[in-house]
Amino acid sequence: MVPIGYYLVLSAVLFVIGGVGVLSRRNPLQMFMSVELMWNAVNLTFVAFARQYLNMAGHIFVFLVITVAAAEVAIGLAIIVMVFRKREHVDVDDLSLMKG
Amino acid sequence: MQDAIVILLLPALGSLIAAVLGKTIGRKATAYVTVGAMGAAFLWAVSVFWRLLQLPPAQRSFDPVYWQWIHAGALNLKFGLLIDPLSTTFFLIVTFIGFLIHLYSVGYMHDDENFQRFFAYLNLFALAMLLLVGADNFLFLLVGWGGVGLASYLLIGFWHKRPSAVAAARKALVLNVAGDVGIMLAIFILVMTIGRLDYASVFSHVSSLTALQVELIAFLLYLGAAAKSAQFPLHVWLPDAMEGPTPVSALIHAATMVTAGVYLVARAYPIFHAAPVAAEWIAGIGAFTALFAATIAITQNDIKRVIAYSTVSQLGYMFLAVGIGAYAAGIFHLTMHAFFKALLFLAAGSVIHAVSGEQDMRKMGGLRKLLPITYWTMLIGAASNAGVPLFAGFFSKDEILGQALASGHFWLWLVGVVTAFFTALYIFRLIFLTFHGTYRGEGHPHESPKVMTVPLVVLAVGALFGGYLNVPGAWSLFDDWLAPVFARYPGGAIAAAGAAPNWGAMALTAVLVLVGIYVAWLFFGRGEVRTELPEGVRGVHKVLYNKYYIDEIGHALLIWTSDRLAIVLDLFDRVVVNGIVMGIAAVVKAWGEALAPLQDGFLRRYGLAVLIGGVAIVAYLTLVQ
Amino acid sequence: MLSTVVFWIAAVLAVVGALGVVTTRNPVHTALSLVLTMLSLGVLFLLLHAEFLAVVEVLVYAGAVMVLFLFVVTLLMAGVKPPREEHRMRLAYQTLIAGLFGLILFVLVLHAMVGANWVSTLAGPGGGTFGSIASFGTALFTRYLLPFELTAVVLLVAVIGVVVLGREQE
Repeated sequence: MVPIGYYLVLSAVLFVIGGVGVLSRRNPLQMFMSVELMWNAVNLTFVAFARQYLNMAGHIFVFLVITVAAAEVAIGLAIIVMVFRKREHVDVDDLSLMKG
Repeated sequence: MQDAIVILLLPALGSLIAAVLGKTIGRKATAYVTVGAMGAAFLWAVSVFWRLLQLPPAQRSFDPVYWQWIHAGALNLKFGLLIDPLSTTFFLIVTFIGFLIHLYSVGYMHDDENFQRFFAYLNLFALAMLLLVGADNFLFLLVGWGGVGLASYLLIGFWHKRPSAVAAARKALVLNVAGDVGIMLAIFILVMTIGRLDYASVFSHVSSLTALQVELIAFLLYLGAAAKSAQFPLHVWLPDAMEGPTPVSALIHAATMVTAGVYLVARAYPIFHAAPVAAEWIAGIGAFTALFAATIAITQNDIKRVIAYSTVSQLGYMFLAVGIGAYAAGIFHLTMHAFFKALLFLAAGSVIHAVSGEQDMRKMGGLRKLLPITYWTMLIGAASNAGVPLFAGFFSKDEILGQALASGHFWLWLVGVVTAFFTALYIFRLIFLTFHGTYRGEGHPHESPKVMTVPLVVLAVGALFGGYLNVPGAWSLFDDWLAPVFARYPGGAIAAAGAAPNWGAMALTAVLVLVGIYVAWLFFGRGEVRTELPEGVRGVHKVLYNKYYIDEIGHALLIWTSDRLAIVLDLFDRVVVNGIVMGIAAVVKAWGEALAPLQDGFLRRYGLAVLIGGVAIVAYLTLVQ
Repeated sequence: MLSTVVFWIAAVLAVVGALGVVTTRNPVHTALSLVLTMLSLGVLFLLLHAEFLAVVEVLVYAGAVMVLFLFVVTLLMAGVKPPREEHRMRLAYQTLIAGLFGLILFVLVLHAMVGANWVSTLAGPGGGTFGSIASFGTALFTRYLLPFELTAVVLLVAVIGVVVLGREQE
């Protein structure tokens, strides 16, 4: 049996990698996917704890996370399509309207 | 006595006309107006004097009030004149000698292009001086006080294109104003304690002051008097004041303005009587000043400077007198001094005029035959100054010395006697160098015009016979005349006033005076001017010649330090204060410039910021908990 | 024993996939790496007795969501042209700093875990019904009914939003 700590460490690793990825990617789609990665890491944590304490709440939570993530992806991708449809380069750094 | 104000109004009018219309009406008219104003003022003063004499002594005091100035609560300031023997004496002195000097100036300033301005200033001075001695309260005394200081400044610096004259005028003004502060502070204290400034109120309430208050007031008033009357160490302006035209030196720095300090102490005698500490200081410094100035005078080569130091010395005698309480004696000497000192200055002016502007006595000599009137009048003046028996100065000076000895002030008396020796020495040195021997200069000396010599003669008469007003052992007309003033409040006469004259002391003084004259004759009277000094004396001579280096000391103390202070403060202002202001601005600017790039619109950096913030929160939660 | 081996394999694959997500240049590769990670996670879920979730993860997450991603990738031809150089200057060291802080975060998490007493021991066998669909359904429709209903609202909003955003602009 693997101690639960291993799962948590793995989750942390995935989370951090995802975090770094969000900040260093310039393609908005790749950025988004890194965010997905972070969500997945969190899901792992929830499931691990649910197993530890034999509490179904963790599973429910993961279910909700997946649902919301799906909805968010839908809308997020729609926005990305809208913004970058007319551009040549797909680069997040081009979006500098929040200047000042 | 209400009309006494006319004595002031006449020179006021004269000054105004000379100032405003002088250029228009021309020199002759200006001269008539201003000299005439002084003459008329003198006649009016004589009238006042005469009227006072008609009354019994106890009633010889009037206080006509002309104007209400300030009435604010307890403070009630009016302008009025105090007409009593003391002020009348001064009225007579100022107007009479003023008149003679105005007359003299017509000749002396004949070629000066600013003729009218000169007479405007002279009349202005007369007005201020008359106000000073005539006011019935301290406030208007101060107004007159400042007025004579102003006139002195204007007249010393009359030839304002000369830097040395301007510097001398400034020096005089600065020192005078410093003294004025003393009087102002004294007035403040009077207002705070007694609440009134008119002489009658103040003098009758002196007893209600504490000893400390009285001493303080006395010292502060003396501060003003010492500055105006050139007591050590505030005397330094007077020799430099010789930069002004000679009539100015005669009027202001011999006969009148410098005597204002003596007047003040005499007038405020109830205060000084109640402040024995201050009075002792006044007498002590007076004696010291007398000796100090006399020792310097024997080395000076400028004819006017010798007379200037003589004035300082004689003023010392006067303060010695009023310091020990011999007020009448002090005023008596003041009056005699006015005559012979004005005479000496005017005669010196005549000499300078004759030798075309030369003032160094080493370049004079042998003028006895060439300027007879000047010679004889000046000789009389010198004898009076030295205190040669039977001349006016003898009677007045010896009255002071006699009172000093009789009231137990042995050391003061001794200093006075020694000073008399030096006095004879320096003044006769002046006479011998200037008039005896052979002429050493390059000009063509000639006697001065009548308008200048007539005043000399008139003054000489006074310098010769004036002393007979107070003959010791016989009568004391002058002192009796002043007595009611000093009897009004306690302390006006010292115990020794009625003592029998000390013939021995007088004889001693007289002998010393004659010895002094003889010594002067030995060194200077036989024609040649000795330029070599014996070895041991040379160092002493150097110190005396350089006035004990007092000007250098003063310069180092005051000017050098204030210059350094100014540099330090300037540096402070530029570096520190400016630096702080600019520094704050720079900090703000730098801060702004540093933070501006954070808001560049780059989303990824914003995300990074979120991460950093999140890490910080996690860190707090995990570590701090 | 077997579970340990399986764990390690799945864990390694998950990390590999994660690294792939953050490093690959081609967005398609990125998506496929993410799929790898998700599949590994599914295996891990199974190890943790979360059968239902494992299936959901694979079917919904990896199957539907990632497909959606790929659609958009191809729609935008993203990555055909390399990103512009000029921005690179403005955000120098971005990756480095991010990595640094990520490391810090990781250390903090470890620190938090060290003190806890549940690290080493895994709870008991868990019982047969834990994580089964039956227990999941029971929890979902009884205790957590409200969140379940709310997700329906969320999905509705998402659908409406997508339709609105996808309209042709007049």
